[in-house]
Amino acid sequence: MSGGPLIRPYGDRRDDGVIQISFTLPVALSEKAKEAAKLFCQKLGLTDVKVAAAERAADNYTFFIAYAKTSVALDWGSIDTPELTIKKLGFDDLNALIERDIARRVVVFGACTGTDTHTVGIDAILNMKGFAGDYGLERYPWFEAFNLGSQVPNAELIRRALEKSADAVLVSQVVTQRDVHKDNSRQFIEEAKKAGLDKKMTLLLGGPRVDHKLALELGFHAGFGPGTKPSDVANFIVHQVLQRMGKEQRGQHWEGEPK
Amino acid sequence: MPGPFISDEQVAHARALAKDITEPIFQLIDQNTTVSVERTVLRWFGVDGVGAMGAPLVNLMVDRLHAAGVLGQGAAYWYGRALKLGARSPLEAVERLTAVPLDKLPPLSPQEDAALKDEVRAEARAAIEELKARVDRRNALREEFPMGATPHKYVIVATGNIFDDVDQARAAAQAGADVIAVIRSTAQSLLDYVPHGATTEGYGGTYATQENFRIMREALDDESKKLKRYVQLTNYSSGLCMAEIAFAAAWERLDMLLNDAMYGILFRDINLRRTFIDQYFSRRICAEAGIIINTGEDNYITTADAYDAAHTVIASQFINERFAHRAGLKDWQLGIGHSYEIDPHRPDTLLLELSQAMLVRRCFPDAPLKYMPPTKHKETDIFFSHAYDVMADLVAVWTRQGIQLLGMMTEAMHTPLLADRYVALKSASYVHRAARGIDQEFTVREDGLIANRARSVWERAVKLLEECRDDGMVAAIGRGRFGDVKRSETGGKGLDGVVERSKAYFNPFLEMLEAK
Repeated sequence: MSGGPLIRPYGDRRDDGVIQISFTLPVALSEKAKEAAKLFCQKLGLTDVKVAAAERAADNYTFFIAYAKTSVALDWGSIDTPELTIKKLGFDDLNALIERDIARRVVVFGACTGTDTHTVGIDAILNMKGFAGDYGLERYPWFEAFNLGSQVPNAELIRRALEKSADAVLVSQVVTQRDVHKDNSRQFIEEAKKAGLDKKMTLLLGGPRVDHKLALELGFHAGFGPGTKPSDVANFIVHQVLQRMGKEQRGQHWEGEPK
Repeated sequence: MPGPFISDEQVAHARALAKDITEPIFQLIDQNTTVSVERTVLRWFGVDGVGAMGAPLVNLMVDRLHAAGVLGQGAAYWYGRALKLGARSPLEAVERLTAVPLDKLPPLSPQEDAALKDEVRAEARAAIEELKARVDRRNALREEFPMGATPHKYVIVATGNIFDDVDQARAAAQAGADVIAVIRSTAQSLLDYVPHGATTEGYGGTYATQENFRIMREALDDESKKLKRYVQLTNYSSGLCMAEIAFAAAWERLDMLLNDAMYGILFRDINLRRTFIDQYFSRRICAEAGIIINTGEDNYITTADAYDAAHTVIASQFINERFAHRAGLKDWQLGIGHSYEIDPHRPDTLLLELSQAMLVRRCFPDAPLKYMPPTKHKETDIFFSHAYDVMADLVAVWTRQGIQLLGMMTEAMHTPLLADRYVALKSASYVHRAARGIDQEFTVREDGLIANRARSVWERAVKLLEECRDDGMVAAIGRGRFGDVKRSETGGKGLDGVVERSKAYFNPFLEMLEAK
């Protein structure tokens, strides 16, 4: 597919290609350091480089903020992402849909598995309170959400989910270093597959370093990255359940789904 | 100071409640010891190093005593017996004790027993003196190079490699940081031993080891001299090794420790009894070493809602304060924790946050207080997050926080980049400089939103304290009153490390620290 239009970053007028960039170089602040920052931007292919700020972040580190132009343009028409066809449902409408078409509470388990102690992600999605004004799954009367907290062994999460015949399992991986989140997620999927979980329920991965593509590669059904609202996850799970029940066609798309 | 909001009698009532609440816990503390407390005793005698398979000697020795069912007498007693058996080094002491069936050792005569204890007491006294000398060295440096003005700007380094941490800590100090925290490797709190030596691999942080403490403190000593401004170091005395970490930190001249009477129970699912017993000895050490503790009430409002659960923070602070006072800590050592965590999408949040921080200041006028930045509602829009952090900077200086952990604009994404720390330090320095003394210029009306909110939070805090007094702490924790987390007295990790003290329990360090 192609056919334009061509798009470029918008600074203060169409197609000016202005972008902003900030980075640190491990050198002391000096005229030479500023020149190095400019050269670095030019090597990125940027033109009209203005090093707006060069700050002494420490004795031997300089922090730069630069503005520059790029000539890169994208063919908007050639970008292939799934079309949005279904509008995301709000709190009341989604509950009503579950009540009508599923006619039982949707059971969801979530945990930070492995060594991760940071429950901020799973809490934002599951706890009553939710995130950025968007209620968590516990608040939905037609969801039954279990937040197992942090440092939950994969086997424990799988066992609990099987016991309650869960519809979906959420694995949250927040703190990550040297890709430990990937190793742990892989282990989860291996164990989940052994237990046949992947056939019975929707397996979701979430976290700041997660995206949908990575989650699919690892064997999850979907991945949710930064900025995900609980309602995005709730909608996704409900559509998955409906598809598994045969009440909705597979391959449908809607607003807010993982991409 | 902002507001009375509430009367002095009301504050005194809350303190009296906290005293009643914690009293039964002290029976538990006085009747029991733990493997971690006993390992701390051995460390203080100089038992350092690791044995076969890298297990710390203190673990080998204490596990041996625990398995033989004789730990209730105290590791100090058995250390004395090992010396009597001819051990000339800690390693030999371990070997001696593991070679003999302990229950077969003949009991000592009263005279022998008294002589042994005198000898061990003398050694303990010398070890305490040595610790004091080390602490004095730290204090002399602090006097020579005074610290910056409060709020002390606190930032975290977390590379996993102590040597990289040193580079980042130096950079942060050069950019204006007053306190460096080396965050621990994920899940260290659940290890029932303290790793040994310098470490270069960690996950989400760097292992807390005595050697890592030494390396970082020495680097900061050097940096303090260069900057002519003392830079403080903190770490985490929490988890299954609270007291051992407190000892290692005291020995290596750390300035602060995260140390909360209940955090491990609630947020790491460590057994309740184990935590209460361990926190007491760890705090005795902090008191002795002039370490400022930072309590963890900020965590309650990352799990529970910050608006709805504000009163749990206040109630817990009084309980933490009481535990701390009972362990000999002075007000100047109480970095009582709280945070700026109300959902920023609500209206009036600056006023609500001011109300909460002012109420804490009102209740604990002589404590430094430790203010934590927003985390839960941070966004990946770093520009918004930066503005959000700056509001916390304003509240911190307005309410005279002693210690302020600076928010990072990339909080919702990754461990801070070097530049994130720089940006946070620059803006916090600006806000502190711009607004210092603002509390003396503006008085808060007693009939306004801030005062009314403070009074309503207070009312609920006192109700919660009354509930804890009437039903007991254990029941209140069981009902999820703190942080929405429910824990039972016999659940969680580490209960098997709790040991009833025998009548002959001997811990010369505790004796001497308690006698002060």
